[in-house]
Amino acid sequence: MKHFVSALALSAAMATGAAAEDVTIGVSIPAATHGWAGGLNWHAEEAAKRLEAAHEGLDIVINAAGSATEQANALEDMVAVQQIDALVILPFESDPLTDPVRQVAESGAFITVVDRGLADPSIQNIYVAGDNVGFGRSAGEYMVDRLGGSGNVVAMRGIPTVIDDQRMQGFEEAIEGSGIELMAAEHANWSRDDAFEVMQDYLTRFPEIDAVWAADDDMAQGALEAIREAGREDEMFLVGGGGAAAVIRGVADGSETIPATVLYPPSMIATAMDLTVARFMSNGPVEGTFNLASPLITSDNAEAFYYADSPY
Amino acid sequence: MSDTTIAPKRPLRGLDWKMLGPLAALVLLLVIGAFLNDNFLSTANLLNILTRAAFIGIIAIGATFVISSGGIDLSVGSMAAFTAGMMIILMNWMLGMTDVIWLIVLAGIAAGALIGTSAGFINGLFITRGGIEAFIVTLGTMGIYRSLVTWLADGGTLSLDSDVRSLYRPVYYGDILGLPVPVILFALTALAGWVILNNTAFGRHVQSVGANEDVARYSAINTDRIKLYAYMIQGACVALATIVYVPRLGSASASTGVLWELEAIAAVIIGGTLLKGGYGRIGGTVAGALILTLIGNILNLTDLISNYLNGAVQGVIIIAAVFLQRGLSRKSS
Repeated sequence: MKHFVSALALSAAMATGAAAEDVTIGVSIPAATHGWAGGLNWHAEEAAKRLEAAHEGLDIVINAAGSATEQANALEDMVAVQQIDALVILPFESDPLTDPVRQVAESGAFITVVDRGLADPSIQNIYVAGDNVGFGRSAGEYMVDRLGGSGNVVAMRGIPTVIDDQRMQGFEEAIEGSGIELMAAEHANWSRDDAFEVMQDYLTRFPEIDAVWAADDDMAQGALEAIREAGREDEMFLVGGGGAAAVIRGVADGSETIPATVLYPPSMIATAMDLTVARFMSNGPVEGTFNLASPLITSDNAEAFYYADSPY
Repeated sequence: MSDTTIAPKRPLRGLDWKMLGPLAALVLLLVIGAFLNDNFLSTANLLNILTRAAFIGIIAIGATFVISSGGIDLSVGSMAAFTAGMMIILMNWMLGMTDVIWLIVLAGIAAGALIGTSAGFINGLFITRGGIEAFIVTLGTMGIYRSLVTWLADGGTLSLDSDVRSLYRPVYYGDILGLPVPVILFALTALAGWVILNNTAFGRHVQSVGANEDVARYSAINTDRIKLYAYMIQGACVALATIVYVPRLGSASASTGVLWELEAIAAVIIGGTLLKGGYGRIGGTVAGALILTLIGNILNLTDLISNYLNGAVQGVIIIAAVFLQRGLSRKSS
């Protein structure tokens, strides 16, 4: 087995033209400033442990950056100090990080981009894409279906970003022409606290709400608290998104208040790391774009997406 | 407002623009809110606003002491998050040791009070004995507490066990004679803060240290001790706010209490306390906290303004409130 692995590593080294037999992979992701990013960091650490144990000579360096600038600095360090053979990056923002990633690619490293695409897709070797429009669409279609084509709905958006816009766009497209009225869509910044307050104000503002779409499970949980306090949990249901363990658990147990959420798994970083390692360890080609779906999670399939230990 | 009568410079006019400014802004916001939405003046909405204002309000009362003494505390938001995280970890851990839930809740509350006050003590110690600027010390502890809570939560969310939470819940959701508990605690803290700042030797010393530390020292005031106590009061206020906060969502994460320090400082300054120290106004701070909460509430209740501009509206109102307070008091004097 040992010979087999080192033989593969050797052929991989020859394939990339790198002199070293060992493979160093840099993983650059946003810091854990909200629940989903916390899950991202957790899954990255777990995947690194698993992959390093499975492949001798593999070294994975994870860096969590607090801003686009910090992330660009981290990329420079990865090339100069750690001399990475491959980079797995979830860019903070697409445009500002395109050139820093290009620099890394020019150093000869293999590039895997996750979730947010770069402004110039020709830089990347692998793109593991999340489907943000689908994220909103799945939630919207579920609501149309469940409400039977009419009803009053409120939405809770995240931090104003491209991701948030795409999700909202998908949701609006899905409910368009269905007879469902979207009464308001405020930003609750992917935060439980903000969602609690925004929901309280929705409850004050609208005497009748049939459903709430929270574009993140953390927000769904905050909103649920406000609905419970007002004693209106029989009036409406919530649809979340992201796939937080606590929400998936509730969905699996047949919750009436949050009967569904949409998968947008922070574990996509692990998928990307697996593919990148496969580039060095597998004898099959792994370049290209891998689209991850944003499927709806209901009580029928929730068990399959449940990770008890995930911090998100 | 009984403290309008002790305005030092304009006793004859009997008017205190420093107090009337924030009150005018408050009334204006209430009128705007009432026009925009019929439910705005409903009891439920007004109680929501008061309850929400309690967190920032209680913290801002502590900040009034620190700022009056010429200091600043940037660490309060992170301190609240760290205290909440430690309380949740302790209570969950105790669940394995004992079945007596009320004991667990009491221990959690006691630990919260101890951690918050100690954190304030540490800030004060570095500022007085260490001789480091308050801005730098609390900027440092702000980062430290924020990282610690992120680390404790593994980047995710710390959640309180549901059994403990159901017993603890009334501390946020309960009410006495129709008034929510957080509102009562906010009122009591404000009252205590007002008495201490205006009617005790300690309160006068806090303001003299803020006005001119050297003069205060020559007047035989132990300035280091006064400042240390001010930061401890701030810590205790953060602890109280956190004790009320934990049962609301039963969780703490890296995003808990983000920017609370700026909201608390804004509430204090809107209320008429001078940022450079020497002059504190508890009543104004309460009005300031209510103004900040009202802005968010009104923006959520209307579609008139694009969501993207919420921050701009807040900025305009903060500056306008302080202008009312300063601009008018300058003209009247």
